[in-house]
Amino acid sequence: MANIYVNGEAQEVNLPLSLSELIRLNKVVQPDMVSVQLNEEFVDRNDWKNIQLKDGDNVDFLYFMGGGSK
Amino acid sequence: MIDFTEEQIQRYSRHILLQDVGVEGQEKIMNARVLVVGAGGIGAPVSLYLAAAGIGRIGIIDADVVDLSNLQRQVIHFTKDVGVPKVKSAEEKIKAINPDVKVDTYQEFLDSSNALDIIKEYDFVVDGTDNFPVKFLINDACVMVGKPFSHGGILRFNGQTFTHLPGTACYRCMFKEPPPAGAVPTCSQAGVLGAIAGMIGTIQAAETLKYFTGVGELLTNKLLTFDAKTMQFRTVAVKHRDTCAICGSHPTIDHLIDYEQAACDLKQHRK
Repeated sequence: MANIYVNGEAQEVNLPLSLSELIRLNKVVQPDMVSVQLNEEFVDRNDWKNIQLKDGDNVDFLYFMGGGSK
Repeated sequence: MIDFTEEQIQRYSRHILLQDVGVEGQEKIMNARVLVVGAGGIGAPVSLYLAAAGIGRIGIIDADVVDLSNLQRQVIHFTKDVGVPKVKSAEEKIKAINPDVKVDTYQEFLDSSNALDIIKEYDFVVDGTDNFPVKFLINDACVMVGKPFSHGGILRFNGQTFTHLPGTACYRCMFKEPPPAGAVPTCSQAGVLGAIAGMIGTIQAAETLKYFTGVGELLTNKLLTFDAKTMQFRTVAVKHRDTCAICGSHPTIDHLIDYEQAACDLKQHRK
């Protein structure tokens, strides 16, 4: 078991786990529309499947928000 | 040095009383020129607070006229203003709040043909737009001419905002390019709780005033997000990305881009 911090909250996960799998586990709606940071560095979406997570990693999902005028 | 009138000392007394602002800070506010892009849900509270604070010159750009469905959140427009150009309605309220403020109105949309010319007239830009093409346009134009700006976005019960200064993370560092048209709903499709536009707008107005007075720390290299359903606020550290297409060390974007809007948005947009 390992702890990964997703948007600041600890999640217990089984390793090995790739970033793509974590995104799937978290049921991210429209993964194509999310921007992902691993330990405060942006990760290109092409690399998600190649990155293996480690205990204590911080992952942030950043979502597009339009809205405002209209 | 501005000679404050008795009336101005009285009007701005609550700023002047603040140790971090004082007469010097108020003078900086009064010399400031701010462009507010969009006179809608976010632009309304931003313009009202900046006018009340005594910002010297406020530019407002928006091609739309006031619609009845705007009044649920666009608090600068009143029922009597339905059908009136938003920039005219906003100008009237700003003048009523504070006759000292000079107002420039642009009844048009910001696009690649006018963005640089308009933005260069101001010291700080506030993004209060409802769509991704213009959010990226503001970002790229401000990075190109080295202007600071405040980004704001809302959707349903959520909001996000950050402040960009030259050299700090930009919108493209976080989101490389606009989502495909229609992939992310806009407020006109998904709805928004009106007060959330006010929450984001007042944070952006506070950041603008902090920028000019130099008080505290700005939301640079940070993305503030909140969920009004739980009232949880979170500040995510974000870094300038060296491979960013506009502000990285080898930028690949050398001109402004007019991204396509979703067809359904476009219809709404021209309403």
